Amino acid sequence: MPLETTSPLPQHRRHGSSAGQPLTRRDGVLKVTGRATYAADNHPDGILYAVTAVSSIARGRVTALDVEAAKAHPGVVEVLTPANRPPLAHDPDEKMPPFGFRVEVLQDDTVRYVNQPIAIVIAETLEAATEGAALLNPVYEVEPARTDLESGKRFDPEGIGIGAPARTAHGDIEAGLAAAVRVTEADYVTPPQYHNAMEPHAVVAQWDGDRVTIDMPNQTLALSCASYAAYFGIPAENVLIRSPFLGGGFGSKAILNGPQILAILAARMLNRPVKLALTRAQMYGPVGHRGRTWQKLRLGVDEEGRLTALHHQALCTTSSFDEFLEPAANASLPLYASPAILAEHEGLRLDVGTPGPMRAPGLASGSAALEVAMDEAAEACGMDPLDFRLANYAETEPVTGKPFSSKALRECYAEGAKRFGWSGRPLAPRTMRDENGFLIGWGMGTAVFHCPHFPAEARATLRADGTALMETAGADMGQGAWTALAQIAAEALGLDPDQVELHSGISSLPDGGIAGGSGHTASAGLALHNAGEDAIARLAELATNDPASPLFGAGNIGVVARSGRLHRRDDESRGESYAEILARAGRSDVVGTAKTARDPAVASAHAMYSHGAVFAEVKVDPDLGQIRVARLVGAFAAGRIINPRLVRSQYFGGMIWGASFALHEEAIADRRTGRIMNADLAEYHVPVNADVPSLDAILIPEDDPHVNPIGVKGVGEIGITGTVGAIANAVWHATGVRVRRFPVRVEDLLISREFA
Amino acid sequence: MNRFDYIRPASVPEAVEAAAVPGSTYLAAGTNLLDLMKGGTARPERVIDITRLPGLDRIEWLPDGSVRVGALVRNSDLAYDDRFARTFPAVAEALLSGASAQLRNAATIGGNLMQRTRCAYFHDLASACNRRAPGSGCDAREGENRLHAVLGWSEHCIATHPSDFCVPLVALDAVAEVEGTRGAREIPVDALHVLPGAAPEQETALAPGELIVSLKIPAEATAFAHNARYLKLRERTSFAFAVVSVAAALEMEAGAIRKARIALGGVAAKPWRAREAEASLAGAEATPEAFAKAAEIALAEARPSGDNAFKIELARRIVARALTLALEGTPEAIPALPASPFSTTPGANHAA
Repeated sequence: MPLETTSPLPQHRRHGSSAGQPLTRRDGVLKVTGRATYAADNHPDGILYAVTAVSSIARGRVTALDVEAAKAHPGVVEVLTPANRPPLAHDPDEKMPPFGFRVEVLQDDTVRYVNQPIAIVIAETLEAATEGAALLNPVYEVEPARTDLESGKRFDPEGIGIGAPARTAHGDIEAGLAAAVRVTEADYVTPPQYHNAMEPHAVVAQWDGDRVTIDMPNQTLALSCASYAAYFGIPAENVLIRSPFLGGGFGSKAILNGPQILAILAARMLNRPVKLALTRAQMYGPVGHRGRTWQKLRLGVDEEGRLTALHHQALCTTSSFDEFLEPAANASLPLYASPAILAEHEGLRLDVGTPGPMRAPGLASGSAALEVAMDEAAEACGMDPLDFRLANYAETEPVTGKPFSSKALRECYAEGAKRFGWSGRPLAPRTMRDENGFLIGWGMGTAVFHCPHFPAEARATLRADGTALMETAGADMGQGAWTALAQIAAEALGLDPDQVELHSGISSLPDGGIAGGSGHTASAGLALHNAGEDAIARLAELATNDPASPLFGAGNIGVVARSGRLHRRDDESRGESYAEILARAGRSDVVGTAKTARDPAVASAHAMYSHGAVFAEVKVDPDLGQIRVARLVGAFAAGRIINPRLVRSQYFGGMIWGASFALHEEAIADRRTGRIMNADLAEYHVPVNADVPSLDAILIPEDDPHVNPIGVKGVGEIGITGTVGAIANAVWHATGVRVRRFPVRVEDLLISREFA
Repeated sequence: MNRFDYIRPASVPEAVEAAAVPGSTYLAAGTNLLDLMKGGTARPERVIDITRLPGLDRIEWLPDGSVRVGALVRNSDLAYDDRFARTFPAVAEALLSGASAQLRNAATIGGNLMQRTRCAYFHDLASACNRRAPGSGCDAREGENRLHAVLGWSEHCIATHPSDFCVPLVALDAVAEVEGTRGAREIPVDALHVLPGAAPEQETALAPGELIVSLKIPAEATAFAHNARYLKLRERTSFAFAVVSVAAALEMEAGAIRKARIALGGVAAKPWRAREAEASLAGAEATPEAFAKAAEIALAEARPSGDNAFKIELARRIVARALTLALEGTPEAIPALPASPFSTTPGANHAA
């Protein structure tokens, strides 16, 4: 079923540059023809295969492993257990800054969650390693698993997410609630979800003395080099990570995990290359997940439908031994104006693997609850949900009072509503049916995501033939980074993208920063932009100081780089090509570099977010409770758009993920054992094409002079936010049933028939 | 995975002889068996590959109007066979509502009859499961059992049979033709799958080594061709097993129901034929009240095995809906979303 894409692709040509063009992916042909080399596609000579044996209990100790049986299996080379695991230079029970988690690398015989590695078997073949792991036949001393609210241990966290405060207050919440004419209060529950990137976590490690080459999908190349160096007691420059392609990351490939460290360790111990790839089921534990939340919202509203108080509490799960708490309540901080806002978090320790950032951490879960609560408050006020949000539009960041660096959210609301046809929406639920008798509901939600900026470096080399090489160690997780970054680089160099070779995805290149937080295009892009400008400046210096150049003496007037030529700013006809300048100077190339970071003064003066509005139409079978998302329309403002084709694709992906959160996705753990009972893609449901038949993403123009010098905000995660609530609100509008637990299930809607 | 012998017989008698050895299992497309072997749920000692057996890949129309479908016919090939789809539309719709296009292209109809339950405890080797390990217990009984059986279950097992295809087959009195070392015999599909009772490990009526060589749908079943539907509730629009499904077929005569056929999927360890509900409709007027009554009767014996009471009410509603859709008539073509309540067939009446 084809996607409907009614929005034309905008083509903002800027100074004749390639940025703004909807180019297709540079690596598209490689990928669709199977020639893109992912980590597990590497087969160095002499390779060994590693398979982790994992725990089937959630808490306790491993008291026996039949290592002899495993070793006796033909082809098995070695079995690593806590008894013989070589030492590591970093204590795995100590966190590694800036956001390394405690990891499970056979430091002892304790079991802290299901699917924790309890041994690793290395063999000549994958089959032998797999069978060896099966032969270990572990014996456990089992302690009761803490798997839910009743058995988990509650605690007050020191921080949430990655270093955010657990509590943020603005104004007096109780006074705000007391001043309200109407208070809406409700509880919401979100389930555990797993990243489920299509490509499993894989690694191929080869040592040469105290140098190691690691093929692995990786979202944070430079940081990971430092972290692996610390674990293995070698200098960071001795670690080379190659990550040319990632088959999805979503945050789960940004953080070190036990199985990959153990495979690298085994390669060193055995002095042979070692490959490990987790199975799908093994990805439900040691590589992070989106933790469960229980959220409570209290919204006070005055006579005019304006918020007097916004209180968001979140109880968030983490593991028994480390902390990553979904910063869910912080979703209520950036969006709606209120004299009193309070976001509070509490922790719940369960016997699960430590959660981690998963696409739109905090905001995905928190926005789901907030946007439904806003819908409930609008309903209580008898207001249209969009009017209610406009009545509470924040002109400045609500908690800090800072101006927004840019905020075209009003335009998102207006354009999205127009495209969707929102204005005809009846207020009352269960009033619309289609020609076949299905209930129709319309709902909406506001989307928001912050704009982090990571330090990054890049190098630009203008070559004698007039082409360029641009280098930065970034990560393409499928979002199209290689293409968008090349467009930014080409623009800075005044070249066509076809003339720019982009090298990325390998840690020996200049640090491209982190591919996460929806900040990669802005961060690595700015470094490339500045490196390009540096190279052009050096080239201009060669020309303007050369009496033989038509640009001689133009230093004060300035020169412009365009289409592979420098010309005088005041006279386009006086100029020459890059190749001519380099040839005359006898140079094979000229190299520019850049090291970029966010200007702290600008950052502290502004609140920086991408914004959007999502409108959903659902159809619900009135008797059977079956729900289908009939239409999703999103309108997003995210600063300057480098490649509208790729950006739209990111919005689509986010919105589909939102549909997944709202209606499909949930890891189901057995309450007694903690084992995930649907750890495969047949039973852990993510949407199929037929689940989201019509998608539209509108790119709202937005010029942001503050967020960074290239005006780029993030687009990777925002699509999830807003969408979950929009769909849940549409389900309410269709049925009159307010479901406050995600995903919405068939049985939630099997209501009594007197409604029908 | 255990070490096993791989045997590729050249004829049915050879296959049957090879499989008579204990620990043997037949392999066709392997869309279910290979997953089970990788996960350790199935650990056969001998795998008898029947994919090259001659003559089992044909659809054969017999003079009396019945059809014989070879066990190795692919799900897709059967569903897209024009005459078959026109004659047994609910069967074709059920086939196309199952799995994914890739799986349907590989999977065989004999294998579909033999597929194992999706109960997570059956697949999880660390869990107790009487079906996988007789006598070990049933961890599903007090576990995550929202989608488990509401009919015909026992304290020993609450698993369901996952097939879509088998549901209309049971409704239409289809028969499996079987070969064994003691010769050939016929087993009605309704009797092929066995309720768990005290011995859930006994999943089918097949004797050890018996091979399903073909499937026969009797001529009488063609009488339902104009009023037959398969309807399936699932948690996403494609590539999901049924929460509850139903095949409903009516033979109409002068505005009244002459005969009705009803079978449910996703509710029991076998496709669940609702004969008493059918009887209540025979000779009756096709009214919403009659359909509602039939739905009540069909689920009269149902009881939750866990957190799944909703499935009983859902099953009642879907039975009534499927009968309504069947009465409206078989669609001209298989709907774009086969078996979905959102199938593109216009005119669906949702008063059920």
